[in-house]
Amino acid sequence: MTNRIQQLFQQKKDILSVYFTAGYPTLNDTVRILQALEKSGVDLVEIGMPFSDPLADGPTIQASSLVALNNGMTIKVLFEQLVHIRKSVTIPLVLMGYVNPVHKYGIEAFIAKCAEVGVDGVIIPDLPFNEYLDDYKPTFDGAGVANINLITPQTPESRIRLIDENTNSFIYMVSSAAVTGAKKGLAPEQIAYFERINAMKLKNPTLIGFGISDRESFLQTCKHASGAIVGSAFVKMIGESPNLESDIETFVNNIKRG
Amino acid sequence: MSKYHADQRGRYGKFGGAYIPEMLQPNIDDLNERYLPIINSQAFQDEYKSLLKDYVGRPSPLYYAKRLSEKYHTNVYLKREDLNHTGAHKINNAIGQILIAKKMGKNRIIAETGAGQHGVATATACALMGMQCVVYMGEVDIQRQAPNVARMKMLGAEVRPALSGSKTLKDATNEALRDWICNPTDTFYLIGSVVGPHPYPDMVARLQAVISHEIREQMLEKTGTPNPDYVIACVGGGSNAAGTFYHFLDEEGVRLVAVEAAGMGVDSGETAATIALGDVGIIHGSKTYLIQDEDGQIVEPYSISAGLDYPGIGPQHAHLKDTGRAIFLSATDQDALDAALELTRLEGIIPALESAHALSALRKMTFQPSDKVVITVSGRGDKDMETYMKRFQL
Ligand SMILES: Cc1ncc(COP(=O)(O)O)c(C=O)c1O
Repeated sequence: MTNRIQQLFQQKKDILSVYFTAGYPTLNDTVRILQALEKSGVDLVEIGMPFSDPLADGPTIQASSLVALNNGMTIKVLFEQLVHIRKSVTIPLVLMGYVNPVHKYGIEAFIAKCAEVGVDGVIIPDLPFNEYLDDYKPTFDGAGVANINLITPQTPESRIRLIDENTNSFIYMVSSAAVTGAKKGLAPEQIAYFERINAMKLKNPTLIGFGISDRESFLQTCKHASGAIVGSAFVKMIGESPNLESDIETFVNNIKRG
Repeated sequence: MSKYHADQRGRYGKFGGAYIPEMLQPNIDDLNERYLPIINSQAFQDEYKSLLKDYVGRPSPLYYAKRLSEKYHTNVYLKREDLNHTGAHKINNAIGQILIAKKMGKNRIIAETGAGQHGVATATACALMGMQCVVYMGEVDIQRQAPNVARMKMLGAEVRPALSGSKTLKDATNEALRDWICNPTDTFYLIGSVVGPHPYPDMVARLQAVISHEIREQMLEKTGTPNPDYVIACVGGGSNAAGTFYHFLDEEGVRLVAVEAAGMGVDSGETAATIALGDVGIIHGSKTYLIQDEDGQIVEPYSISAGLDYPGIGPQHAHLKDTGRAIFLSATDQDALDAALELTRLEGIIPALESAHALSALRKMTFQPSDKVVITVSGRGDKDMETYMKRFQL
């Protein structure tokens, strides 16, 4: 079975993926933002599930998470918002969040619900890969939901191979040793790391994330991967936006087409 | 290894493990490979023991508290961690970890602190070893533990405020973990309690185990047998309790008692009584009991004592709870204040507010006249004088 994520990577390059925090800036913006992103030509979306203690995130996503939680966002509310999403949105959707709220919801129940509403994959950075393999992989596979893993400049080759072997979607390449948040420009050692990963000829495509904020960094990363993920820069923009639809279109246009 | 210690995967029963983002995986793998060979090496043991003796001032006394014993019609012994250099048990761990960091070739140390005791201990160890030191501390704690902030600064550490969430210990821990993600190669994260991803809970417990090792020797000398009937300690993350329990875990005749902070009361919504309230979840890389809402968001804790103001608890303690090996009590702010004043007036010892929680067990439990009860006084009260001045109108 090819799912939406695999199809996307087969058909396209220079993939633009956008991350935003569900329930931000206001609780019911989630679906509106998804529709606007698809309309503007974004290829894949990561929907952040806010957590009280987002320890891999920088100030922008921390702040958006706090606002979203105060707005009343929860995993239950998010699934309610997404119940009819496949009537209006066709691009692949990925949920991203920390393990504790998912654990509290019930990992099996969570995956089943993802499949039910049409979520294609999940990224849970602090779910250990070995635990995923031992305890949860059959659940994910059975539901047809992809588990997407991160690698970093420090990840050893043997571990990258293990992750690649057990992945059937894409690998999230964290651009540098950092938490999320816009850092400008790519240093030579980051390019060397991207090339090192390319030379490994992994079976899965890669997307580069962390610090990608504008057209320049997007184009640069597209040279070394199937595409890139923009997070904090987008979250910052929607937090200040007086008109979400048109501002999202402008933001995406600026990155994709300059 | 007994059933109460971490297994190969860092599990204590169903608790523990290492739930960390991929960015931290190499650091944790590296530490996991190195910590036991280093701790078990003769060179480490020699240096660690010599520093504990000549620099920290160990062994800390085991003091028979005569007037307290009379009042409670039993035999109370106080393990005087308050007499250590820098005023608490935290230094045992800081000295041990800094030696491990050195052996691993790290030159920059980061730490989180609540009461400031671990921050002071870390800053002290860094000054001693000539290492760069950054301490994260919640903004609220910076205000309520001002003397310790000044001490850290005087010792040459940089104190960075944690401005997110409840601005206390959990948020300082988040900030320290973020720093470690951003500085994976030169930096060693010196965690202050038996919390965090494996191998931290096990490593810190081993470095605090000196407390129970000494208790056994001192009890043998004083009473002719190494085992008391009870050992009692307070729990924030649980490091002084883990050290107090360590060599008694397999001595099933010794009852282990842990006292957590109930704040304004277990059901008041203003509490840090993790075991009393908590259900199982994942905090700071470890599966354990924690205080969370029905959506898995971590609830901001409260206690008068900054060192106990933490919504989680070390995974070994969660396991001791589930197996019934340890008894868990909770003490309110008022219980702790009463116990602090009582110890001060009966024995001339002003305890830290954290330690006062442990002392309140004397009122909460009944002991036989023949019982031997060891209570760890984890720290001294100097840092809490402002709170005492306010609450006792001094
Ligand atoms: C004196 C004292 N006791 C106890 C604690 C609590 O820590 P733990 O539970 O790790 O012993 C602290 C923490 O700051 C402390 O300063």
